[in-house]
Amino acid sequence: MNKFDIELKKGNFVTSECNYCVKIVWPPSNYCDNCFNDVTWRKVSLYGKIIEWSKKGNDIFCISEFENTIRIIGKLNIKNKTLGSGKLVKLSKCSANGKCKFFFTLME
Amino acid sequence: MNKVAVVGYGNTKFTKNKLPIETLLLESTKQLFDTTKNLSQDLIDGVIVSTNDNSKYLGAILSELAGIKPKISHTVEHLCSSGTNAVVSGFSYIASGLADTVLIAGADNVGNPGQVLEWDKSRGEFNHPIYWASMFTKAHKRQFNTTDEELAIVSAKNHKQAIDNPNAYSHKPYTISEIMNSKNVTDDLRILDCSYSCSGSSSILLTSQETAKKFTDEPIWISGIGQKTNSASFTKNELTTLSSSVTAANNAYKMAKITPQEIDIAEIHDAFSVCELMAVEDLSLTEKNTGASYVRNLFNTENRKINPRGGLIGTGHPLGATGIAQIIEVTQQLQNKAGKRQISNPKKGLVHNMSAAATSSTILVLKS
Repeated sequence: MNKFDIELKKGNFVTSECNYCVKIVWPPSNYCDNCFNDVTWRKVSLYGKIIEWSKKGNDIFCISEFENTIRIIGKLNIKNKTLGSGKLVKLSKCSANGKCKFFFTLME
Repeated sequence: MNKVAVVGYGNTKFTKNKLPIETLLLESTKQLFDTTKNLSQDLIDGVIVSTNDNSKYLGAILSELAGIKPKISHTVEHLCSSGTNAVVSGFSYIASGLADTVLIAGADNVGNPGQVLEWDKSRGEFNHPIYWASMFTKAHKRQFNTTDEELAIVSAKNHKQAIDNPNAYSHKPYTISEIMNSKNVTDDLRILDCSYSCSGSSSILLTSQETAKKFTDEPIWISGIGQKTNSASFTKNELTTLSSSVTAANNAYKMAKITPQEIDIAEIHDAFSVCELMAVEDLSLTEKNTGASYVRNLFNTENRKINPRGGLIGTGHPLGATGIAQIIEVTQQLQNKAGKRQISNPKKGLVHNMSAAATSSTILVLKS
């Protein structure tokens, strides 16, 4: 279990980053996928944009992109707003009780 | 590099019946022995199993059950394209001279663990393939104005073609309307646009040019191989193109020294309807943004060039067996032994097998 899993269990969304290559290392890993140096860990910006979405029953799910690099799939609360690709979302909650879960709220 | 031929095969019917994995593997292996002339256990020096099953040591287990004592035996797991990856391993052993004759047997059971890639945390709780397929479909509709009817035609065609495949899971024809009105899995995916998880097994025998004529008068040559892995994470993918398939296909065409226009018959990895529309374009079998009209024309003219055995949608998708079953279909077509499914006098065929939303792809070109 790496830092990503530990922090996600606490409700924190973090990514690995390489200070030598100055790049986000995603998916999360203990080593940089370019130079193999140890990574550092930091929280990801909570604000991202929708890449694509669909719906199953009453649940809207979407791919959201954060910091122009990190893409995750989660459940989206649109709060009666109009949905579309490119729209801004906020990561409202994340957890890892057996399964990783991400929840987004539509911002605009 | 030694030339490598497909010289024998065995297939079980794809069903919803769960069986011990070694039982499934042995079934198609027995058929291969029953139908390949001059084959005896001592002539096989490689046994490779393709599966996503969690059982261990299956290469050795199948060898023992089949009375084979090979030099090489092991298992290959690569999700949905385990079958063609196992065949590439077998090809490599023969091409390099490490082995002369290799048995490749693939099998999986309904609901096998290869359907979900637990490692990919970026998928969150939406880790079943229906979610990436929904994203692909939605994006395809947006970019190319693809309609539900155009998606349904893929399924209608492949279900119809599966009727003439005795090993297919489905033998029921569906109208375009029935498919469009079938149960919504998601807002962008109907149940009849999805391939079915199945139990089944398929086996092939590969051998060198020197030995091929011992087993068959009609060896089918593996003349091109292309493979590409872009990632394991789905979310790194482009959503409207199977980019690993593009690269793999180009490499396979180059190795086979042919152009896509020379392909007479193709087995396409239609895990979902949208995949076939994407693949026929990405493999350059038709131009970009013409996939839907291309498939519609095949359907309207009853042309079986693409997925004559019924594809994954009509035949079912036992992951470890699928790529091998695709190779068997192309082999039978090139040998003019495909029965009611036979297309007219094909000379060159293609197999397209991919994994985890085309994060990786394998392409084979076969020639008679």
